[in-house]
Amino acid sequence: MNDGLSDLYQEVILDHSRHPRNFGPAEDADRTARGNNPLCGDRVTVFLNLDGDEISDAQFDARGCAISLASASMMTEMIKGKSIEEAKVLFEKFHALVTGENGLGTGPDLAELETLSGVKDFPTRIKCATLAWHAMIAALDRADEDVKTE
Amino acid sequence: MATNPKNAMLTPSYDVERIRQDFPILSEQVYDKPLVYFDSAASAQKPRAVIDAISNVYETQYANVHRGVHYMSQKATDAMEESRESVRTFINAADVREIIFVRGATEGINLVAHCWGRQNLSAGDEIIVSVMEHHSNIVPWQMIADQTGAVLKVIPIGDDGALDMDAYADLMSDKTKIVAITHISNALGTITPIAEIIRIAHERGVPVLVDGCQAAPHVALDMQALGADFYVFSGHKIYGPSGIGVLYGKAALLETMPPYQGGGEMIDVVTFEKTTYADLPFKFEAGTPHISGAIGMGAAIKYINGIGLENIAAHENDLLAYGTEKLSEINGLNLVGTAPEKAAILSFVLETVHPHDVGTILDREGIAVRTGHHCAQPVMDRFDIAATIRASIGMYNTREEIDVLVAGLGRVQEIFG
Repeated sequence: MNDGLSDLYQEVILDHSRHPRNFGPAEDADRTARGNNPLCGDRVTVFLNLDGDEISDAQFDARGCAISLASASMMTEMIKGKSIEEAKVLFEKFHALVTGENGLGTGPDLAELETLSGVKDFPTRIKCATLAWHAMIAALDRADEDVKTE
Repeated sequence: MATNPKNAMLTPSYDVERIRQDFPILSEQVYDKPLVYFDSAASAQKPRAVIDAISNVYETQYANVHRGVHYMSQKATDAMEESRESVRTFINAADVREIIFVRGATEGINLVAHCWGRQNLSAGDEIIVSVMEHHSNIVPWQMIADQTGAVLKVIPIGDDGALDMDAYADLMSDKTKIVAITHISNALGTITPIAEIIRIAHERGVPVLVDGCQAAPHVALDMQALGADFYVFSGHKIYGPSGIGVLYGKAALLETMPPYQGGGEMIDVVTFEKTTYADLPFKFEAGTPHISGAIGMGAAIKYINGIGLENIAAHENDLLAYGTEKLSEINGLNLVGTAPEKAAILSFVLETVHPHDVGTILDREGIAVRTGHHCAQPVMDRFDIAATIRASIGMYNTREEIDVLVAGLGRVQEIFG
């Protein structure tokens, strides 16, 4: 049945949602930011450790749907070891991927995140895929009011 | 679709197929599948009679109301006031002046919280609500509490979603100034013992506002028997248009309250020295109202009356029982809200799949359900969940559609293994 569901719920996504990587609160994080999706009540908290300009560790804690958990799980894997600037570029590319915008959405950097491209056919789910990323950016920028910087 | 014989036996006069034909949208296809609409608690679909009534306003009887001496203005005014009278009989209010047209239940509650609350609440006073209120019956009270120093007291519910009446009686005190409570919970379907709630409050002279959004399309209402001081509901949930709703208030209370908004229609005489206000109901209806909406809501009431609310309720209760039975058979599915007194709502969670994912998969099967917190986050917290899947039943739903829902949930489990 070609209704987009098999693209959306690929095995790798289900696997990340069932066994999220880097999951759970980190008490010694340098930066913490929370994201809420008021539409569905999902919440995510992103914990980052910085070594100079580099993201040395990333964890998340969340309650959410398969898409938001998988996206957050992959994100934490992907941004570890990246510079702040690289993480921001990755977010731009990922955002373009899931919103179906042209140009930025392709490229080898996205790696496993490509499996989330099916989200573009489900406009109501884009926020699920980007929730943790917005929190991550907020943690890096310390811009969001929700950001906690213990 | 064939009418189920058992269903036909329960409500012999109820021809759901004929009713379905009155709702044009029900013949729409969604992703090449028939639309299965289980989201009437969020907003009900509209029968042809309502759609036509709205068109008819603009085609044959439109002008501003309560303004001109000209023919069309009079015609529009008559139609709108006729609708107000239809609302009065629909809820058996004593006096048509007690029917205030508002944008919806939300505006009705805000009006009471603002106009009645500002006048009657002060520091330390208590407002009683329940934990299963819609945000629209929480936030307006929090806002007025912030302004006046009053505090909210919350009636808990049991694990089945039934209101804890003992706790309610205990919360009632000399400090209690108003009770604001739902008649039927939008998230759980619980029917509250509203008459008893009102009786207990009135023993202490405490007025009661009832959020009747979910009750109005399912339960016959009688304001004079019930004795509610304020009762609100929205047009779009009783198969009428959105942007129009009703605030019922006892005339004696409404008369003591200041106006909500200032403007045209709500005045008697305006000078820069002093303005006097119009009589009820117009005191609370500043500005040009939603004329076609009010008339459309009147058409919706007429349509409901034509079928009979008792017949609608019997049909829906049959579907509720059937749906409860079918959903209960699914492994890993837990119903949220199983109070003995329940109406029209099947709220549930799957142990291994998030409601949002369920909603997306069902959507591709043509099934419209609501997933999320249903604007009732406190009651979600009460059950320690973020969200539920809610299938809400309207007059046009069928047993076959419940079967489609069950099959759709099978597909969810297939995908998620």
